[in-house]
Amino acid sequence: MIKEYLTTSEVVGPLMLVEQVQGVKYEELVEIELPSGEIRRGKVLEVDQDRALIQLFEGSWGVDVPNSRVRFLGRGIEIGVSPDILGRAFDGQGRPVDGGPELIPDARLDINGSPINPCARDYPSEFIQTGFSCIDGLNTLVRGQKLPIFSGSGLPHPQMAAQIARQAKVLGKTESFAVVFAAMGITFEEADYFLSDFRRTGAIERAVLFLNLANDPAIERISTPRMALTVAEYLAFQLDMHVLVILTDMTNYCEALREISAARKEVPGRRGYPGYLYTDLATIYERAGRIKGKKGSITQIPVLSMPEDDKTHPIADLTGYITEGQIIMSRQMHKRGIYPPVDVMQSLSRLKDKGIGDGKTREDHSDGFNQLFAAYARGKEAHELAVILGEAALSELDGAYFRFSDEFEERYIQQGTEEDRTIVETLDLGWELLRTLPASEMKRVRERFLKKYFLQEAE
Amino acid sequence: MKQGVVEKVSGPLVVAQGLLDAKMYDVVLVSDHRLVGEVIELRGEKASIQVYEETGGLGPGEPVYSTGAPLSVELGPGLIESIYDGIQRPLDAIRAATGDLIHRGVSAPALNREKKWEFVPTAKIGTEVHGGDVLGTVQETDLVAQKIMVPPGVEGTLAALEQGSFTVEEPIGAVKTADGSELALLLMHRWPVRRSRPYVRKISPSMPLVTGQRVIDAFFPLGKGGTGCVPGPFGSGKTVIQHQLAKWADADIIVYVGCGERGNEMTDVLMEFPELVDPKSGKPLIRRTVLIANTSNMPVAAREASVYTGITIAEYFRDMGYSVAVMADSTSRWAEAMREMSGRLEEMPGEEGYPAYLGTRIAEFYERAGRVICAGSEGREGALSVVGAVSPPGGDLSDPVVQATLRVVKVFWSLEDKLAYKRHFPAINWLTSYSLYTRNLDSHLRETLGDEWIAMRDAAIALLQKEAELEEIARLVGVESLSAGDRLILETARSIREDFLHQNAFHEEDTYTSLDKQKALLSLIMHLDGRMKEALERKVDPLVLFAVKVRERIARAKFMPERDLGAVLAIKDEIDQEVDGLIASVTADILPTTAEKT
Ligand SMILES: Nc1ncnc2c1ncn2[C@@H]1O[C@H](COP(=O)(O)OP(=O)(O)OP(=O)(O)O)[C@@H](O)[C@H]1O
Ligand SMILES: [Mg+2]
Repeated sequence: MIKEYLTTSEVVGPLMLVEQVQGVKYEELVEIELPSGEIRRGKVLEVDQDRALIQLFEGSWGVDVPNSRVRFLGRGIEIGVSPDILGRAFDGQGRPVDGGPELIPDARLDINGSPINPCARDYPSEFIQTGFSCIDGLNTLVRGQKLPIFSGSGLPHPQMAAQIARQAKVLGKTESFAVVFAAMGITFEEADYFLSDFRRTGAIERAVLFLNLANDPAIERISTPRMALTVAEYLAFQLDMHVLVILTDMTNYCEALREISAARKEVPGRRGYPGYLYTDLATIYERAGRIKGKKGSITQIPVLSMPEDDKTHPIADLTGYITEGQIIMSRQMHKRGIYPPVDVMQSLSRLKDKGIGDGKTREDHSDGFNQLFAAYARGKEAHELAVILGEAALSELDGAYFRFSDEFEERYIQQGTEEDRTIVETLDLGWELLRTLPASEMKRVRERFLKKYFLQEAE
Repeated sequence: MKQGVVEKVSGPLVVAQGLLDAKMYDVVLVSDHRLVGEVIELRGEKASIQVYEETGGLGPGEPVYSTGAPLSVELGPGLIESIYDGIQRPLDAIRAATGDLIHRGVSAPALNREKKWEFVPTAKIGTEVHGGDVLGTVQETDLVAQKIMVPPGVEGTLAALEQGSFTVEEPIGAVKTADGSELALLLMHRWPVRRSRPYVRKISPSMPLVTGQRVIDAFFPLGKGGTGCVPGPFGSGKTVIQHQLAKWADADIIVYVGCGERGNEMTDVLMEFPELVDPKSGKPLIRRTVLIANTSNMPVAAREASVYTGITIAEYFRDMGYSVAVMADSTSRWAEAMREMSGRLEEMPGEEGYPAYLGTRIAEFYERAGRVICAGSEGREGALSVVGAVSPPGGDLSDPVVQATLRVVKVFWSLEDKLAYKRHFPAINWLTSYSLYTRNLDSHLRETLGDEWIAMRDAAIALLQKEAELEEIARLVGVESLSAGDRLILETARSIREDFLHQNAFHEEDTYTSLDKQKALLSLIMHLDGRMKEALERKVDPLVLFAVKVRERIARAKFMPERDLGAVLAIKDEIDQEVDGLIASVTADILPTTAEKT
């Protein structure tokens, strides 16, 4: 039987303290009935003898100390799932917002999930073609990877994320796939951009949406990504689907976390974020991957905006320490009109090495991208030199690199919002650009590939 | 079993009342799920416990059982090829028992209880034995023979010892102790993880731990029994370096601790190591490896314990007289776990919220490394090398964990994001990194590679330093205004960086380079440098000289197979031919008459 308490003694920010409780468990789900009859929810953050500290999920407006009825539900936060969940939209707390009926769940799953046993993981190695050369060619995404986009306010990350969602495919396969989209504190316009894109392409039928927008309570965001990932796990590991999860914007999530930490008066870590931010983010990002013997997979594309475009900001920094690479957007390139404005030097996919090559993309892929990187880096240096000395003062070779890096940005990185390049087009384009440099500069390319792809000699 | 009662639950911290006999660092079992925890603070009747499993669903009033023993690991046959979590629970057995996800409250013995091991005794019955004396051996894998030793602290007369096949719990013999009682000897014993295992004395490292990584072996070597750290921002290559060391370092045993990092990185090791062969023995690398995996999403307290679990297992193999190497990726996550527990205990925070004892803990950990005379009458020599990755926020080296680590370790491989962006891997900065072992190891290197190697290496390092100075100048005035000699320095330094230091871990040949090949590669570059200097003196046009074709041959030499060492060295002749040709043509220009004659 569920007991009710009228013993709330404090409400501070998103936290409330209830006294004289009995049998309360850590992380237990709590319902708070306001005098108006409205129900709020929260969870137990700490329980010390007969005092329970509760974190509200929906903010504390209207919660009143003497008259709120507090019920401890004896379970953690759960979400109901069934195959009918595809095509549905929920708020940040998992309540339907699409006007559709309540879901009749096959199962109720704890949104915290459980860690995947490292022995049970299968190494992600299946190439996903996104249609972007800067990703496919240089920072290859594979199934089961977590690859965030580090962006900044006003940069076109929604376009890029939506285009990836639209174009992503595994070559030569038609398998059931789904998109799980979690919005945390983004604007209505941005959310609407995604929704109309999903509608336009029909992806909406295979999508599950969780929407916590900028004007929704910040504190609600804490459970949004976990709801989304719980659904993703259900689709991937019970229904054998390949799931792409887009989480945007993680910065807003982290800010909500900071708010709670501050309310608890915890010793703050860097820039006021809690010391456990790394661990907390890891429990989100690590919920990507593949499991041996299971058909489905979870690929994560979290999006975050770097405050002041600073990638050493704790949110970006800790994300980078957990995810398997990052796609970094550059404001400078955006200003020059390059879409996608991806800084490929600072971007990285750590799982690319096992996802490319013969039988996956093409045999020359690895040598090609190593050479492209080396050449682009050298070209960038030439640009720096030219700033000081003038372009005319560059040696012949530096001049060639100088022009190479411009071409590379304008033709290789740049592409249209509807342009879906195949991997072969991307790789060939790379060689075409490299051919503006002398063959003796192709130091990172095996002779075999030099002949075949650079010199284009018949085998 | 004595029993207490839970009073408070706050994340991984549980406070219990009434555990009267509990001692610091005792293991307790919390609630009827029997979640493993460790006492980390005692205040009056209250014990603070860090719980190694998820505490969701726990509440006041639940029981706490004390075990009276500190957190310990099981040591014996069955360790090799295992993968454990931070408190030595076997993850493969747990997966077999409970499926793909890790649920709490599961337990399984660290060492397989059913498996029988062939024990071959070597000790004589009737002799006096002490802790560390070898009783016999068990061939654990085709790469590792475990020496079964008298556990530390046990001494007496060997009363019985049998040959045969035994499980780890069956007696293989007995020792009659001074008080006349008989103590059964087993293939396994336990040891508390937070206490270092005894040895006779330490000696300083004199042999290099050869890693096959050129920038490390040639410029910043680690000694067998030494300590090193790899700090760097995210994505700079810490894990790849640790993996490369685990694969190719010439140690007998590798203990790899994935401490609060990615699950897929452990999977990578699990899937790749059985496929890779040890260059020395030709056997799969996994047969000398023990893995500890407490990934970032696994309970944070067990992460704190994981580095101790790893190093204790390593000490056990060191005691057998092996050279053992421990990789800990990342020690920052361990420090953060300490910080989190400290915060929950409401201890007075030190720098960046880390506990005041951070430095002491880090020093204690690295002090467990070393080259030692092992316990036991034999006087065996063992070595335990430790390499820790450090992940400072924003890559900032003033971070307290980096600073505390640098105070104790002797090798510093400084990873730089700028190099990583240019895909110069390993992104070890050659100007700021150092090894304090260089001098101690040189006498061994002189013997094996010759004096010329030392001279060549020192010259190469000097060239790179000179390059940094010249680049400053060149940035201001342009390369063209440097003297030809200075430009040669820039050319050679570039070649050292690109053709020697740059090493692709994912290229089948480049991933590992023997010392002999390292010497051959560097000697090509330095030989060309010497010849070019000569050519410049003979007035060869620098632009023509720097464009010699043989450059490309040198650049590709690192991709040539180890077995073609002769072919690598033969490139020297090509250097001579081409440079001689250029010198001859200049001489011909100056003395046209001679040229006409011929
Ligand atoms: N020696 C190398 N050869 C080729 N590529 C490398 C090498 N070292 C690093 N890399 C590249 O850099 C990427 C990042 O390296 P790594 O995962 O080791 O970084 P890290 O420093 O451990 O980052 P984090 O702190 O986030 O764990 C690798 O995925 C790989 O693509
Ligand atoms: Mg790493």
